[in-house]
Amino acid sequence: MTRLLARELRLSLRHGGDTLAALLFFLLVAMLFPLAIGPSPETLGRIAPGIIWVAALLAALLPLDRLLAADLEDGSLDLLLLSGLHPATLAAGKAIAHWLVTGLPLLLCAAPLAIMLRMPDAAIPALLLGLLGGTLVLSLLGTAAAALVLGARRGGVLMPLLILPLAAPVLIFGAAAADAASADLSPRPHLLLLAAFLAFTLPTSLAAAAAGLRGAAEN
Amino acid sequence: MLHAEGLAALRGERLVFERLSFAVPAGGALLLVGPNGSGKSTLLRLLAGLLRPDAGRLTWGGEDVLADPQEHAARTAYLGHLDAIKPGLTAAENLRFWGTEAAIATALAAVDLTRLADLPARMLSAGQKRRLAIARLPLARAALWLLDEPTLGLDAKAVGRFGELLALHRAGGGIVIAATHLPLPLPGAAELALV
Repeated sequence: MTRLLARELRLSLRHGGDTLAALLFFLLVAMLFPLAIGPSPETLGRIAPGIIWVAALLAALLPLDRLLAADLEDGSLDLLLLSGLHPATLAAGKAIAHWLVTGLPLLLCAAPLAIMLRMPDAAIPALLLGLLGGTLVLSLLGTAAAALVLGARRGGVLMPLLILPLAAPVLIFGAAAADAASADLSPRPHLLLLAAFLAFTLPTSLAAAAAGLRGAAEN
Repeated sequence: MLHAEGLAALRGERLVFERLSFAVPAGGALLLVGPNGSGKSTLLRLLAGLLRPDAGRLTWGGEDVLADPQEHAARTAYLGHLDAIKPGLTAAENLRFWGTEAAIATALAAVDLTRLADLPARMLSAGQKRRLAIARLPLARAALWLLDEPTLGLDAKAVGRFGELLALHRAGGGIVIAATHLPLPLPGAAELALV
């Protein structure tokens, strides 16, 4: 498992451009909103959680396209499946690597972005806590979806259609937590619901990803 | 030892092969021969556990391999058509997942790639990439080697060195099953003809 993670991280570092692309996409999408809506602090501060959440959701989708497809195309996936690791462990390794390379940088950039969008200071911890759970859920759902569309033609188009509806609860509770904190309410119930969703996604998405990986090897 | 009994495989609607039975003892070798599309690669993937047989039984030392797919995977080393080499990593880094530093150095020496260990794999020629893929076999420390056209693109010298690897593996009680159209350095190998 540590070897799998080391391999994934080494590959991501070597292809640094792909890794950076998701992050730059996140920053640019969020920066487009003030240009389109106008710089008025009241409006921006009000919709900032929504902007950051939607931008993070879309940015997290970008690297999923290559997450497993690259390994399928060059034959690495067969070898990984034969390395003695359970397919679910393999999927967990891929999901952790996706989070470390995409989710964590998004999380780190979210705070400066929130300040730029004039979000109330008090709401930023709630936003980040929500994003922490949210990016984890996205990495898990994303790995499952990437595994399920493996080998399908136009899988890259199919994948967002699979993930986005499933990610809706994350978006709702995550943005609601930040909104609640902006309005001086407790974000706790929203964050707890988000954590519950994470607890539900963890086993289900790993099982789905394992089935997808096994299916891809059979084709 | 590996024992197959009445194996059959379907691809889509087409029956690739059926009623295939054979046994390979420890230290033994089996050559799969037959025309293109006769199911050699399918049989190798099936023996690896990547595919499920549509009929028949596959046992290892008397135990059904499907009972514990992970255990079977751990004793299997598979060399497919594709080299599974990441062009962005160096030759040595490509092997890092499969073994320790010392084992990697030995494996690279066995395929004569020590000199190129720190070169990005995208700079390697097709034959050198094949040799790098071959270096993964001894690293896996697996008893069962499944080889799909292993010597494709190798020069005579490299085939000779590959023969030494195969002999060493068989001397240690390992099994080799290979599909090929080219002569392989596998003395005393049984042949299984697929039609």
